[in-house]
Amino acid sequence: MATRLPSVDAVLVGFGWTGAIMGQQFCDAGLNVVALERGVWRDTPTEFAPTFAQDELRYMWRHHLFQNVADDTLTIRNNTDQQALPMRRLGSFLLGTGVGSGGAHWNGQIWRFLPSDLKAYSHNLERYGKAAVTANDMTVQDYPVSWEELEPHYDTFEKLCGTSGKAGNLNGKIQDGGNPFEGPRSAEYPNPPLAWPASPAMFAEAAKKLGYKPFPHPTGNVSKAYVNPLGMQLGECTYCGFCEKFGCGNYSKASPQTTILPYLMAKKNFTLRTECEVLKVETTSDGKHATGVTYVNSAGEEFFQPADMVILSAYILHNVRLMLLSNIGKPYDPKTGEGVVGKNYAYQTMGSVNVFYKDKIMNPFIGAGALASVIDEFNGDNFDHSGLGFIGGGYIASMTTGGRPIEMIYTPDGTPKWGMEWKKAAAQNYLRSSLISCHGSVMAHRGNYLDLDPTYRDSLGRPMLRMTFDFTDNERKMSAYMVDKAAEVGLAMDGASGIKKNYRKGSWNVVPYQTTHNTGGAITGDNPKTSVVNKYLQSWDVSNLFVMGAGAFPQNAGYNPTGTLAALAYMAADKIKSDYLKNPGPLVQA
Amino acid sequence: MARMNRIAAVVGLATIGLAGAGVASLALSQGRINASSTAPGVATPTQLLTQPIPDGAPNIDQIRQGQYLVKMGDCVSCHTRDGGEPLAGGYGLNTPFGVIYTENLTSDPDTGIGAWTPDQFYQAIHSGIGPHGMRLYPGLPYTYFTRATRTDSDAMLAYLKTVPAVSYRPPANGLPFPLNIRFMIRGWNLLFFRPGDFKPEPAKSAEWNRGAYIVTGLGHCGACHTPKNALAGDKTGVPLHGGDLDNWVAPDLTSNMRTGLGRWSSDDIVEYLKTGRNAHANAGGSMGEVVSYSTSLMNDADLHAIATYLKDQPASPSAAAYDPDPGAMKRGAAIYSDACASCHLQEGGGQPRIFPPLKDDAVAQQGDPNGLLHLILAGGRTAPTPTRPTPLSMPSFAWKLTDQQIADVATYIRNAWGNRASAVTAGQATKMRARLGLKTVHLTDNSGDHG
Repeated sequence: MATRLPSVDAVLVGFGWTGAIMGQQFCDAGLNVVALERGVWRDTPTEFAPTFAQDELRYMWRHHLFQNVADDTLTIRNNTDQQALPMRRLGSFLLGTGVGSGGAHWNGQIWRFLPSDLKAYSHNLERYGKAAVTANDMTVQDYPVSWEELEPHYDTFEKLCGTSGKAGNLNGKIQDGGNPFEGPRSAEYPNPPLAWPASPAMFAEAAKKLGYKPFPHPTGNVSKAYVNPLGMQLGECTYCGFCEKFGCGNYSKASPQTTILPYLMAKKNFTLRTECEVLKVETTSDGKHATGVTYVNSAGEEFFQPADMVILSAYILHNVRLMLLSNIGKPYDPKTGEGVVGKNYAYQTMGSVNVFYKDKIMNPFIGAGALASVIDEFNGDNFDHSGLGFIGGGYIASMTTGGRPIEMIYTPDGTPKWGMEWKKAAAQNYLRSSLISCHGSVMAHRGNYLDLDPTYRDSLGRPMLRMTFDFTDNERKMSAYMVDKAAEVGLAMDGASGIKKNYRKGSWNVVPYQTTHNTGGAITGDNPKTSVVNKYLQSWDVSNLFVMGAGAFPQNAGYNPTGTLAALAYMAADKIKSDYLKNPGPLVQA
Repeated sequence: MARMNRIAAVVGLATIGLAGAGVASLALSQGRINASSTAPGVATPTQLLTQPIPDGAPNIDQIRQGQYLVKMGDCVSCHTRDGGEPLAGGYGLNTPFGVIYTENLTSDPDTGIGAWTPDQFYQAIHSGIGPHGMRLYPGLPYTYFTRATRTDSDAMLAYLKTVPAVSYRPPANGLPFPLNIRFMIRGWNLLFFRPGDFKPEPAKSAEWNRGAYIVTGLGHCGACHTPKNALAGDKTGVPLHGGDLDNWVAPDLTSNMRTGLGRWSSDDIVEYLKTGRNAHANAGGSMGEVVSYSTSLMNDADLHAIATYLKDQPASPSAAAYDPDPGAMKRGAAIYSDACASCHLQEGGGQPRIFPPLKDDAVAQQGDPNGLLHLILAGGRTAPTPTRPTPLSMPSFAWKLTDQQIADVATYIRNAWGNRASAVTAGQATKMRARLGLKTVHLTDNSGDHG
């Protein structure tokens, strides 16, 4: 029997980026907020001290900051003809856990989607016709949000993070050195770009020669000491090369820890409970109103936390699973195309090109999570897709995220995987190679979705989430196109002696690591028949339930998701504060 | 601020900001949702001190003034035990003679000050005599508080009587004979205590005099920053020349260019007291508490007054010139580059207000290197303040550097970039390590650099 706790204004389920953002927004508005986090407490000096933070074996390979799949994982299959099996070791994506979660161990890549990304269906329909948006069983949809509505919230997040970058379109005026394809921005980035080491600088030169417009990757690896609007301080990035999969001990990477938490934790109307896993969102008997959440602590004791608002701010896979476990919304059925919860699960299509040099020294260890020069000519609909057989695209970037010795030794094609020849090649190429990434979109397809697994259960006895996902020809053709374009730039880089193309071929595989950009399943839209939440991330079925995160993306764009999911959270918070609190109920009429 | 033995402050027991969160989480990780740190109604010290006083009481202005003076006196730092309610006392002051536990200052009539009269309260802070005539131990800095006016004393008591009652009796003091006989204090007082009111200097400005009233009165800055004699009395001839505060050093506050505030402007001092950081230094350790619970909550006019007074203090004598051992400097430079430069930068310039510069740094150049050794060994934590909530922290190097390496890098920091101070020996590092109870570097068979 669960112990009933005193009621609060809002309960946050999960305490990463969106949990921290909503907590701060609500507490500043005077609400009484409880956050429940299944993982442990993490703060910068205790967990990420610079005396030990750069430990590749501990953090990258032994998954120190990630979800323990022995307790809870998900099952995976490529299509409905297969038997889904549990992911027993993290591979293609690295699920976060604990306070800050993925926001603590991300790279700090802060992107805005293109205005046309928000209209992926209607834009492509208009330009390329019906077949372009329906081929390969595509179920692409528009966001119910316009660029103009979202822009101020992108700006808020960029300022929170002290984002380093260079504007390419300031209030409609194209700026030299920035991304000319981006939507009009209301303000320049709060910090100047990071300085480019060898590889990004050479990539930018080569790209210019080919007529492209390279620009610095926008990033929460701050280039200068910074104080954000909450008074939180970030230090100048040291280019140590340990962002991705690591916490930053130098206070140089924007994370919930460095940008929000100390500010929020000092508030009397905020309470965080760690190692508390939410089992279910409880609803009234008609299923139309959430009464709170039931959770279990590390001692196995159950509690019911009543709340006027329930905010699902865990990772998308957990948010979707909690909705399914709580019987909220109609589960998606790929056979009929009916139902919405779990629909339009998408991912990212990652390709790359290795570039090798005979004499040029790249010093790859001078790195940062988003230390890169980028071209955006082949992202979204920045180029004519006529006759290409796919829609979508991605950015192409020379990234120097680090020179981590286990993960990041690249050898040319034909090199043995071990032994003397491998050692020779590793010694020759560690300093003399670099990587060009092709970070591509994944469109929504009828057969890609999330539901509850009928067989496998977690350590608490709940059905696991089941992921059914595969790339289609749309993604494979896009990857081939992008990798070939990237290879042209690679070959044009000064001193390049050879390249290796890494296409995304065949079916999606749970190994190797690709990216932790899982999206969809709780998608936003303007119609309850085709979406789970409205534009304010409010459940169509339960109006006091809000679902944060990239689960809201109807399909995934060719950018990293954090900037957009944070902007959507700020937009929801604004609307809740301005309208919902005065008059609780649906914010959009179905 | 006489709250001594504050190793714990560095590792973050303080119930504010992120460290407070750590405490909450620790309790909650056990799944105890009713842990005191999160129970409704229990405030952190900052929350208590910034709680608005509601309208209604006839002496509302007096109560509000009293709340402000309790901040100025930094009462909460000493009168709050670890994990206890703010102002409920029971914190053990680790004096050179033994442990003195602080009193309960909440309005509880039996265990707190709820039954005290204004006369009794004034007698305590002005004369060091308790409500029943017994002499108080000078852990209560009445040698400074004696300068507080009767009006201010009455206001403080009026406010303390509004602090929710907590029934809590502090433990008995752990003082050895004969110090456990309070009568002995009379002798100490005869030697070191001059009761009396604050005497303004008519030749100085009103602002200077306000600063003097705070610094030498309720602010009791000299309790730490003035050197002490063998009997723990102030060396009155060298006010604010810097004191040895248990395992810390309270730096020189005179106008000395190396060890004192000579390079700081008045505005620098105000910024430091208000936000816990400025272009020269970050406040950590015991001073971090002073900033969090006292100066950051004071008004700008008073902070400017403090700055005006401090900037008028004549410089302490400069240390003799000193040529450091080139070998130690070379080794120290290599360690610095590897271990320190990522935050404090290669040329010691730091990232002002975030990671303090070490070039021209006063703590680094104190005659006594213990403050620097403490930081290297145990790490440090910048005070979170309302305007700058980030508790920026430096990690402990105790497990990573040997005592010789710590001595070398300390010597380097004290003499690089134009800094000048005496060399540090491995023996000094060993001694401080023992005082802090920190383990030595542990090298395993496969760590590759043992032997």
